[in-house]
Amino acid sequence: MEALKGIAGSEGYGTGRAVIISNDIPDYEDRKITDAAAEKDRLQKAFDGFLRKTADMIEEMKDRVGESNTAILEGHIMMLNDPYMQEEIMNRIDEGICAETAVKEACDTFIQIFSQTDDELIRQRATDVGDIKLRLLRLLTGTEDINISDVPKGTILVAEDLTPSMTSGIVKDNVAGIVTGMGGVTSHSAILSRALEIPAVLSVKDVMKKVKNGMIIAIDGSSGIAVIDADENTVAEYEEKRSSHLKNKEALREYIGKATRTADGIPVELFGNIGRPEEAEKVLECDGEGIGLFRTEFLFMDSDSLPDEEKQFEAYKTAAQTMGDREIIIRTLDIGGDKEIPYMGLSREDNPFLGYRAVRYCLDHKDIYSVQLRAILRASAYGHIKIMVPLVTCVEEIRSVRRLIEDIKAELDSKGIAYDKGIETGVMIETPSASEIADLLAKEADFFSIGTNDLTQYTMAVDRGNPKVSYLYSVYQPSVIRSLKRIINAADKAGIKVGMCGEAAADALLTPLLIAFGLNEFSVSPVSILKTRKNIGSWTKAEAVKVAESVLLMDTAEKIEDFLKKHVK
Amino acid sequence: MVSKRVTVKNEEGLHMRPAGLVTREMTKFQSTVYFIFEDKKINAKSVMNLIAGGIKCGSEITIECEGEDENEALERAVNMIEKEL
Repeated sequence: MEALKGIAGSEGYGTGRAVIISNDIPDYEDRKITDAAAEKDRLQKAFDGFLRKTADMIEEMKDRVGESNTAILEGHIMMLNDPYMQEEIMNRIDEGICAETAVKEACDTFIQIFSQTDDELIRQRATDVGDIKLRLLRLLTGTEDINISDVPKGTILVAEDLTPSMTSGIVKDNVAGIVTGMGGVTSHSAILSRALEIPAVLSVKDVMKKVKNGMIIAIDGSSGIAVIDADENTVAEYEEKRSSHLKNKEALREYIGKATRTADGIPVELFGNIGRPEEAEKVLECDGEGIGLFRTEFLFMDSDSLPDEEKQFEAYKTAAQTMGDREIIIRTLDIGGDKEIPYMGLSREDNPFLGYRAVRYCLDHKDIYSVQLRAILRASAYGHIKIMVPLVTCVEEIRSVRRLIEDIKAELDSKGIAYDKGIETGVMIETPSASEIADLLAKEADFFSIGTNDLTQYTMAVDRGNPKVSYLYSVYQPSVIRSLKRIINAADKAGIKVGMCGEAAADALLTPLLIAFGLNEFSVSPVSILKTRKNIGSWTKAEAVKVAESVLLMDTAEKIEDFLKKHVK
Repeated sequence: MVSKRVTVKNEEGLHMRPAGLVTREMTKFQSTVYFIFEDKKINAKSVMNLIAGGIKCGSEITIECEGEDENEALERAVNMIEKEL
């Protein structure tokens, strides 16, 4: 038994027997041909077969998974009918190359062109060409097409990558899960598994080497784990998780499309947190009303040099457009000495969390910061963007950022570049200092967002990664609870909105306190959105206030946590 | 030869679906139809060419048509890019 880690492609749990789907291209004899016309005739037959079969798949899929999922296969028909594509193949046959090699070489040329672009959508088209190549070669060599629709009940499909034509044949009732060696959250396999609600773990290293046909596999598509050669206990454990997951999911379904309100009808906003632009889709899928935290570090961490304005602009714009007129709060660069990034001049520090990071670094590198702010401002013309500044400890910091933003706005005005002139700038409240002077910051900021992870760590002066002291790290500490109350009250008094984007926003135990204090916006990870909507809806303001009043009188984290566990529904 | 400079307004740029629509319409004309984008000359009658071109929303392109029905082809192309997609 071995637990393999991959990417969580589609949530849920599943157990079953492995059926390995091979993407290997079939064997054939590479030969010189003399009769080009006959070879082209052979190729034409393969084309015809491809087009007929694809049209059938589309028809069949329309009924089963809905019309929106057939676009990929319709694209395959367009690609194969493309004169340029056909010419690339035919020209090779004229040179004496056999049909198989001609198809392989021509497709590989396109795969190479598409994979080398920096546009994710174009790179995905390489998978489509790969799929076309494989199917044409199967037709040419008379190799049977893979028929996933025939797999027995309780199958875990295992493949290096599932191509669109393979996934189109999946019968939901028979496939308990999918494990692949490639692909990310936006790949065909991931999108289709989510549409069919089949759990999937993707990008599992060496999966094709380690898994044998018929092997018992248990997968957790919510955290991206595939246990191969699973023993009885593991299978039982995963089966139990599966049924409780399905039960919870069913129960949460009634909250889709509902407004987020307390039991007595007070509306609050319920947003999602994301770390990449494509995850905005996930927020919408989970019925989020906006994005309360868009972390921008990925742009800087994934690269060997500073991401330029265009690259950043594209990322922010993509997320903004996905969300339409829903709010999206972009947190500016929150990076520091706990990560070594040589090209940014960041080096390891003895006390990274008290050091050169986030807004401190940005205000010292106005050249780098201005690029990000300009990209955000330009993207604001395409949606409802707000700017959020992390790790603020004093009013001068937010004033400096605002001055910088005003300078950039003036520059954009002079060049006639569009942006949202009413764009709001808010402060992330995550230090004891910001909490102490929340009333002063509220005069400078358009909104607050509480980052509970850092606020807890700084308030308790504890490194939660250090096992000797991590017991002190608790959001139920009276000091942290008082801090939350003070921050929310200060925002309320100043008439600005206050949200929370840390893990605590999704904590059912804290929900009554946050309602009682008057939090306006909860921002949680997309998968927690419906659960949080349910939690919020289970409290009236009066009930929540009663719980909060008792909690505020308690003197230890332990008492508070125990009390909340008893009183939370 | 006739040509016109236009801005792509379709949100997804010219990816699979819109690219397919463009090629389907353009192949109806006798004239050659090229989209000039950055330093690339893209054959608008080829979906593969269009996808590889990487034309995004907001990109400015020049449409070039040449042949007997070049005026009609240009008008159709401009209409598609600016209004229909």
